Amino acid sequence: MHKIQSFPEYQVPGAQHQDFSPYESNGGSIVAIAGEDYVVIAADTRLSSGYTIHTRKQNKLFQLSEKTVLGSTGCWCDTLALTSLVNARMQMYEHLHLKTMSTEAVAQMLSILMYNRRFFPYYVSNVLAGLDSEGKGVVYSYDPIGHCERTTYRAGGSAGTLLQPVLDNQIGGKDRDVKNKPKVPLEKAKEVAKDAFISAAERDIYTGDSVILKVITKDGITEEEVQLRKD
Amino acid sequence: MYSHNNFIQTELWKGGPVPGQFYNFPGTSQDINAGNITAPGLYGSNRSSSPITTGTSVIGVKFDGGVMIAADNLVSYGSLARYQDVQRVFKINEKTIIGAGGDFADFQSLKRSIDQKMVEDMCYQDDIEMQPKSLYNWLTRILYNRRSRVNPLWLEMVVGGMQDGVPFLGHVDLRGRAYEDDVVATGFGKHFALPLVREQISEGRLLSQSEASQVLRKCMEVLYYRDCRAISKYSVAVSTAQGTIVQGPFEVNQNWQLATLVKGY
Repeated sequence: MHKIQSFPEYQVPGAQHQDFSPYESNGGSIVAIAGEDYVVIAADTRLSSGYTIHTRKQNKLFQLSEKTVLGSTGCWCDTLALTSLVNARMQMYEHLHLKTMSTEAVAQMLSILMYNRRFFPYYVSNVLAGLDSEGKGVVYSYDPIGHCERTTYRAGGSAGTLLQPVLDNQIGGKDRDVKNKPKVPLEKAKEVAKDAFISAAERDIYTGDSVILKVITKDGITEEEVQLRKD
Repeated sequence: MYSHNNFIQTELWKGGPVPGQFYNFPGTSQDINAGNITAPGLYGSNRSSSPITTGTSVIGVKFDGGVMIAADNLVSYGSLARYQDVQRVFKINEKTIIGAGGDFADFQSLKRSIDQKMVEDMCYQDDIEMQPKSLYNWLTRILYNRRSRVNPLWLEMVVGGMQDGVPFLGHVDLRGRAYEDDVVATGFGKHFALPLVREQISEGRLLSQSEASQVLRKCMEVLYYRDCRAISKYSVAVSTAQGTIVQGPFEVNQNWQLATLVKGY
């Protein structure tokens, strides 16, 4: 087989060569916290690459149904491609089965769609929040090639590693006895999510500008926005 | 049922390594045959791994009642200021305008397809025109598709216009990364022009049309001073509810009196 390497005369000194990478990290963080009858999901609104901020008001939360919201960050072009594919597949499901996909079904489908690109992955960090078929809050988190885990709280994206231990402590009660684990009320979950972003914006340059917070309950989805550091 | 949909990749393990072999991710130098997304020729695959004839910054601004996109009239060949009278902002139809930076040949080939779509729109004679959001979304898919073949169209584009009577402004780049905002810029414009425009926009308030054209004029001037790939001649495409128009070419205000104070000038 012919390879570029077999023609060294093409690598002329002085010739400029700009390499293309199909991937780019556009930053952004997600926090999701599930309770007995609610789930909170939040994502910041900064879209950047390197030291450049492209926009300060990019929503990264995608409402997939009345009960399910997907937060997606990473390589923004992959996020766009993946979420529009998810939307298309959910519409196909709706037309075929005459019902909306459950959160569990969306979670499984997302894993399959991502694994389909196993050898050219969607470079994204996904957190799916929703109410399950019993009305309980649930959070699914993914790695870029589609590994899926069901949890009750998760931090993902560029400040995911910064925030996860905070959630372990404040929400998971990892420092306590198993029987003393507190139930997290909605108000506390919202406050922890907001504080998490305020803190992340201090240290992570890819997180900031503002945070959009969505609360999913059986009565529907509410949204609020909190301003963050813009530097 | 789903097998009729060719946009979903159904083949299992597609692009995966043969058992016992290593896998090279697309975009690395050894992957010419792996993945097999584009068939290699006799001397390997030819891919636009760098742009040739290029345009520099494009700036887009929303104002109360429309959108404006500005770019200078230069297409460079490396550091050579090769073509100095070329439009880089265009009227697509009465609702849509576009500005292009990056490889100009890639843009010209894309523009032929866009123009063909406009002819098709016209042939239906139903008075339905493509709206800016449709063009914007179409471009993201084209560019994303090409980047996924690791054979990108080396472009950074600004799309604007009136979407159902509301100003629309979006940005798309060679990877298919896309976003909307009240002010967008490409290339050097991101560093020089964006802050100048954002300074003028107090929170929640859009500029008037004359303020917008003034701030664009200032931006083109600053870019002419500092961007070595810019010239002093620029054009502006404007879209309002009344329709779209390309204005110019204009000459930037330049003042070199300070230059004599610079040591070594």
